[in-house]
Amino acid sequence: MQPFTTHTGLVMPLDRVNVDTDQMVPKQFLKSLTREGFGRILFYDWRYLPGEKPNPGFVLNFPRYKGASILLARTNFGCGSSREHAPWGVKDYGFRAIIAPSYADIFYNNCFKNGILPAILTEAEVDRLFQHTESEQGYSLSIDLPTQTIKDTYGHVYNFDIAPSRKEVLLKGLDDIAASLLHASEIADYEKSHPATATMFDPVDIKNYR
Amino acid sequence: MVHEEPNKPSLIYIDRHLVHEGTSPQAFAGLKAEGRKVRRPDLTFAVMDHSVSTTDRTLPILDNDAKLQFDALERNCRETGVRLFDMNSKHQGIVHIIGPELGITQPGQTIVCGDSHTSTHGACGTLAFGIGTSEVEHVLATQCLVQSKSKTLHILVHGKRPKGVTAKDIILAIIGKMGISGGNAQVAEYGGEAIRALSMDGRMTVCNMTIEGGARAGMIAPDDTTFAYLEGRAFVPRGKDFQTAVERWKLLKSDDDAKFDATIELHADQLAPQVTWGTNPGMVTSINGRVPDPHDFRDLNDQKATESALKYMGLKPGTPIVDISVDRVFIGSCTNSRLDDLRAAAHLIAGKHVAKNIKQALIVPGSRGIKAQAEKEGLDKIFTDAGFEWRDAGCSMCIGMNADVLPPHERSASTSNRNFEGRQGRDSRTHLVSPVMAAAAALAGHFVDVRDFDVAHIE
Repeated sequence: MQPFTTHTGLVMPLDRVNVDTDQMVPKQFLKSLTREGFGRILFYDWRYLPGEKPNPGFVLNFPRYKGASILLARTNFGCGSSREHAPWGVKDYGFRAIIAPSYADIFYNNCFKNGILPAILTEAEVDRLFQHTESEQGYSLSIDLPTQTIKDTYGHVYNFDIAPSRKEVLLKGLDDIAASLLHASEIADYEKSHPATATMFDPVDIKNYR
Repeated sequence: MVHEEPNKPSLIYIDRHLVHEGTSPQAFAGLKAEGRKVRRPDLTFAVMDHSVSTTDRTLPILDNDAKLQFDALERNCRETGVRLFDMNSKHQGIVHIIGPELGITQPGQTIVCGDSHTSTHGACGTLAFGIGTSEVEHVLATQCLVQSKSKTLHILVHGKRPKGVTAKDIILAIIGKMGISGGNAQVAEYGGEAIRALSMDGRMTVCNMTIEGGARAGMIAPDDTTFAYLEGRAFVPRGKDFQTAVERWKLLKSDDDAKFDATIELHADQLAPQVTWGTNPGMVTSINGRVPDPHDFRDLNDQKATESALKYMGLKPGTPIVDISVDRVFIGSCTNSRLDDLRAAAHLIAGKHVAKNIKQALIVPGSRGIKAQAEKEGLDKIFTDAGFEWRDAGCSMCIGMNADVLPPHERSASTSNRNFEGRQGRDSRTHLVSPVMAAAAALAGHFVDVRDFDVAHIE
């Protein structure tokens, strides 16, 4: 996984509370077999008019936000479905970080599996960033994960909290499966002391039973 | 608990891993790319549900992308030894329906699935929650998950439900009260007289929608209702072993003096049937309510959200809910497609007919097992005589990944769990209700208080 240490980029504001993952990647795109290519369809229903014409009224299509890599959002961002296609789309579009007052749990968790920093600031701070982003063309921010700070070019500094273990995952770009497999002997011990079996007592009509 | 360190998330063991075609292909592919194996195929169960057709499955699959996903799941299960309920299995159904139905789900387990409605299984006294595809891959490889302790939320529902008020109305009212992010970072335990009085089907409806209030998992301590439900199911121990298991399961309850981080209380006797009017499950009111005015809300973000929801839903502030007419009716989904749901809807519908303005009324049983039992009871006949379509099992018009999509600007009375913009189809307008409220709307052609009908015999 791509590590995240520092990032400077253009900010795109998405001024809506409770943006759900159905909205980020609608159902018809969940039939893919890969993790790639979801950037083109991110926020599909808002972004495109029927016939896939770009909707000029949606912020993602404003020329001034072209190339944005930091997504500024409102409370409870990423609620709803557990689909990881949503963070895959966020990343594939080119966003490296999100700034919001709060996130839904599953989406928040999924971001860390994909090298996306979901930074949390207070509502008042996020309000202020919305004002700057909307009033100043080219408003960009620098995020520094080691010091947990976000700075703009005027010298405003915002501090954010992040759990130390989550921070480490992003900084090192850790593969957590490899990390967990280091505990393979403990897993085996657990399985010996807590034997879990799924025994069928009635014939059940399933394939590939072994 | 497999591994614990201070100030770090723990490695917890997963007792049952449920898998479906939608969120698993990338996980199996990732595993293969790294040369890793499925650690416990015997604790992993796969099913086809999200994209399956609810009509004739002997016909060729026209949706090529869906077919590729079915083929991938079949191949992945064959190569790794994971058990698969494919679309032709007589036990096929929605993953969260068949887990408890077959007794794969049992009290005290940890259960995960790449699907947010995994919270359903908490009705059996399990810790069950939805995970992303990377975590699906992690569980396949290690049978463990990296987790931090959640905060605790106690949701108490006191009193007795009035007739015509169902489990769905209880959970919609809870979400209306706590808001859709009220449960973030928490695991909920439900209790109180009204929860204890629910059947297992009703408890599953409540736990299912826990995630719509933001909490990843919701659970109910197992009791005699739970044990009676589980006894005799395909994966549940028999005879003396069952009695031993029950003794163990009886211990799975919170202490009487347990302290929770937060508590929400509700009085069931004051509840009326609920109907959502907006674009998230927390935008809900009672059947005798009205569509709100954005200016009713003090918070600017709430005002904006309400304004945009009303625009999307094509509703005017102040409209009585009973004046909203309906184009389609959907009774199904992992929230409300169990036998209790179908029986109650059938009871209401028997001898009547859907209104002329209803373009389609769908009944989609949650599993083929439920479908078979309903047919044995003659429910299918009641539905089809009344003008409903009786379909095969799957997720259907809750997620619209198969052909069951709600067309643009059409309005549905739906027993599903989400009314987000575009969820059931672009520009579709979904109102979440209970099965009996959906059935009543089908008969009337608009939302109507189900208590205007004979609900004396409906549990």
